[in-house]
Amino acid sequence: MTTVAPNGNRTAFVDNDRKPNGHGRMLRKEDPRFVRGKGRYVDDLQLPGMLHLAILRSPFAHARITSVDTTLAEAHPKVRLVVTGAMLAEKGLAWMPTLSNDVQAVLATDKVRFQGQEVAFVVAEDRYAARDALELIDVEYEPLDPVIDVRGALAPDAPVIRDDLEGKNDNHVFDWETGDAALSEEVFRRADVVVSEDIVYPRVHPAPMETCGAVADFDAVDGKLTLWSTTQAPHAHRTLYAIVAGLPEHKIRVVSPDIGGGFGNKVPIYPGYVCAIVGSLLTGKPVKWMEDRAENLISTGFARDYLMRGEIAATREGKILAIRTHVLADHGAFNGVAAPVKYPAGFFGVFTGSYDLEAAYCKMTAVYTNKAPGGVAYACSFRITEAVYLVERIVDCLAHELGMDPVELRMKNFIRPEQFPYRTKTGWVYDSGNYAPTMELAKDLAGYDALRAEQAEKRARGEIMGIGVSFFTEAVGAGPRKDMDILGLGMADGCELRVHPTGKAVVRLSVQTQGQGHETTFAQIVAGELGIPPQDIEVVHGDTDQTPFGLGTYGSRSTPVSGAAAALVARKVRDKARLIASGMLEVSVADLEWDEGTFRVAGDPEASVTIQDIAMKAHGAGDLPEGIEGGLEAQICYNPENLTYPHGAYICVVDIDPGTAKVTVRRFVAVDDCGTRINPMIIEGQVHGGLTDGVGMALMEMIAFDEDGNCLSGSLMDYLIPTALEVPDWETGFTVTPSPHHPIGAKGVGESATVGSPPAIVNAVVDALAPFGVRHADMPLTPSRVWEAMQGRPEPPI
Amino acid sequence: MQVTMTVNGEEVTREIEGRLLLVHFLRDHLQLTGTHWGCDTSNCGTCVVRLDGEPVKSCTVLAAMAGGHEVRTVEGLEQNGELDPVQRGFIECHGLQCGFCTPGMMMTARALLDSDPDPSDEEIREAISGQICRCTGYATIVRSIRWAAAEEAGTRTTAPDTEAPAAEQPAGEEPVATTTGSAS
Repeated sequence: MTTVAPNGNRTAFVDNDRKPNGHGRMLRKEDPRFVRGKGRYVDDLQLPGMLHLAILRSPFAHARITSVDTTLAEAHPKVRLVVTGAMLAEKGLAWMPTLSNDVQAVLATDKVRFQGQEVAFVVAEDRYAARDALELIDVEYEPLDPVIDVRGALAPDAPVIRDDLEGKNDNHVFDWETGDAALSEEVFRRADVVVSEDIVYPRVHPAPMETCGAVADFDAVDGKLTLWSTTQAPHAHRTLYAIVAGLPEHKIRVVSPDIGGGFGNKVPIYPGYVCAIVGSLLTGKPVKWMEDRAENLISTGFARDYLMRGEIAATREGKILAIRTHVLADHGAFNGVAAPVKYPAGFFGVFTGSYDLEAAYCKMTAVYTNKAPGGVAYACSFRITEAVYLVERIVDCLAHELGMDPVELRMKNFIRPEQFPYRTKTGWVYDSGNYAPTMELAKDLAGYDALRAEQAEKRARGEIMGIGVSFFTEAVGAGPRKDMDILGLGMADGCELRVHPTGKAVVRLSVQTQGQGHETTFAQIVAGELGIPPQDIEVVHGDTDQTPFGLGTYGSRSTPVSGAAAALVARKVRDKARLIASGMLEVSVADLEWDEGTFRVAGDPEASVTIQDIAMKAHGAGDLPEGIEGGLEAQICYNPENLTYPHGAYICVVDIDPGTAKVTVRRFVAVDDCGTRINPMIIEGQVHGGLTDGVGMALMEMIAFDEDGNCLSGSLMDYLIPTALEVPDWETGFTVTPSPHHPIGAKGVGESATVGSPPAIVNAVVDALAPFGVRHADMPLTPSRVWEAMQGRPEPPI
Repeated sequence: MQVTMTVNGEEVTREIEGRLLLVHFLRDHLQLTGTHWGCDTSNCGTCVVRLDGEPVKSCTVLAAMAGGHEVRTVEGLEQNGELDPVQRGFIECHGLQCGFCTPGMMMTARALLDSDPDPSDEEIREAISGQICRCTGYATIVRSIRWAAAEEAGTRTTAPDTEAPAAEQPAGEEPVATTTGSAS
């Protein structure tokens, strides 16, 4: 590995495999257990007397429940408990709040509102018997007309889905707007060129390889509930269980063990978790619920499902003046969007992208349909996937209209480095960015000009090749508590650090890794601040009894919020260590210099104490300086002043088979800038994974429904996820533009590639199809849909 | 019914139902929870184990069918306290993130290298194409398997680098970066 001199900057990159300190490539501390099959996932838990729970789900998208007969199921010799919605209603538990202040049925009582909705549950002695017993429950349904096409959801004669809500007589969820409608109108009126396009971001699903599940264990003697569950936000879940179930919060312990991927799917509280808790309360035994893949795809949090009309106004020379959009958002049967309370459309307001505009405006309408709830998931950073897709598609439509190169058009309109911090026309303040070098690097890595030449040659021969570009600005690290809370819980994160007498340390986080490598990178952050090798720092997360309160991991917020907390808590410890060192060395603190884990006396190189010496002194015999308590530890609750705004430039090359219309992603170049890089190896892995999501969404994945509301994507036979054969060997690069307000200059990055790659791929496909007169085609660009586009019939998928 | 099979070199006998899937036999009856269960349709491959040396999806094999046969799981990869080169390769090349697909991927990789000690990247991708990973984007898995092959052949020179670090970017300084992948 190369070691790069720090150039007088704060951050030195070093090879941690050889020199264990601070930032740089370091192999993961998590891996030794995972490669041995010794991970500890929820379904691996086996507790004495543990029972198994299975859920009966609705076969209808919309139907009244007229009766539920559980007699046969209760008679099954291995069944301990059968619970219906009516039974939960008696306990006041039939409904629970969603993360958007709506309510969602735990078990349906009055009617079912989407196919796959929870109707009843069974607790039995084993996994197989529980499934058997589901077949023995007899539910009578009276089918109702479903609302499936979002475009008709607000029609006067549309069936009302949410008649449970007082006075509700339509399927309207909310209207939301941002930006300046009048100014945008004026700019559009005087623009040389206006381009508009209907752009669909179809419904997809995060589909983590491990589905959702929980083991609930209620101890009736001390009244304590322990819940191991697949949650990305264990502390927030604990508080919500306290509110929902009426249990005292100090008697609830939520534990996230190892989680087999989250991708936003494991942020909400699902009915299955509540059922497991109820099951344990009623049986007095530990109860395990583990959904299968079909349940995961049909009932848990979907992603996207935005129908967007994009409009862009520009001068003939290619100066973009304004962007407008109208959005119709399909939220399913319950508004379960996981987003800060004041942001019903998440951070979609960043749809102005990386460009310096005069005006922008968005009007959005959200509606209920007879589908599963969700919306914010799958590495979307609170709807930024949709925002970036809209702006990057519509900018390409403009390039097409003007006959301009898509890279040149973007370069012409970038926010300039000296404009940061930059306030967008929708009120977001981008922290830092230097866009042109990132774009130039992507161009160089891709050999962009040579690619265009190759494309021209191939076109002359009738071959179909496309080059697609996207440039994105992300907004991650929610967020400042003055603006951002989830159901009243401010989006700050705690961190605790203890240095043991022998100089080893434990850092406790409020966030929860699902594979992103926190056990490694947070040790590196603390190591970088304290000089204790990362191997000597244990990272504890996921157990709400053991860790400080915080909002969890999603929205690429771990590094921006919790990473900042880890750095600052380490600095607090260092400040205390400095005072102790001054006593040990008998000099004033002003005479001490910090050198990677050692305090030295200025001008006296022989006089020094290490952080390990100080830790022993802090716990040992003898006096400490006046006013200093023993021990070496600190805690903090970090409230970020702003989000972080990483950016990236992506270039995709596709080839399309003229006979079959199959799209092959031949090359993909991704240049990301997430400021200071804690562990380049881990960042690269994050990017690779996100780019694969992009190929999936752009070419393969969709949660589809028929007109009766049957979900057509309930298995991995139909919901196609890329394998090793559908993706290229990724090419990555990076630039570094630190975040000025972050303690170590680091920005989030986990979702960047998922956000940035779909438009690059779609832009490449549309670019390839330009000779066929195609200006836009909607995802997923399967061979059949690309074929239709080549025949001049590109229909929207929904 | 009673079933007897060899699992990681040890003979085990258990009373089971005829319909019990091998994946659940391994996980729930033997507490070998390294083998995972990720789908219902035999697509994902998180349950891959070796049955008489062949990689199989243990969700699509009845435990009874494994009677009299030899099963190897991820727990049996490590021998005499030494990690298998495949396990080391996955650690060295960051071939895993959440770790859920990893056991199955490694069992397939081990079977591949046992039959072909020097597979091409295309052959590696083909070999793992019955398995899904949601985290890594596969490139590092391919590198991991290549690393193991080189390790076993004694031809490994260095661990494949991740991208070399760029310099920080003070105003006006050109950023530096390198690509990763087949070209490097």
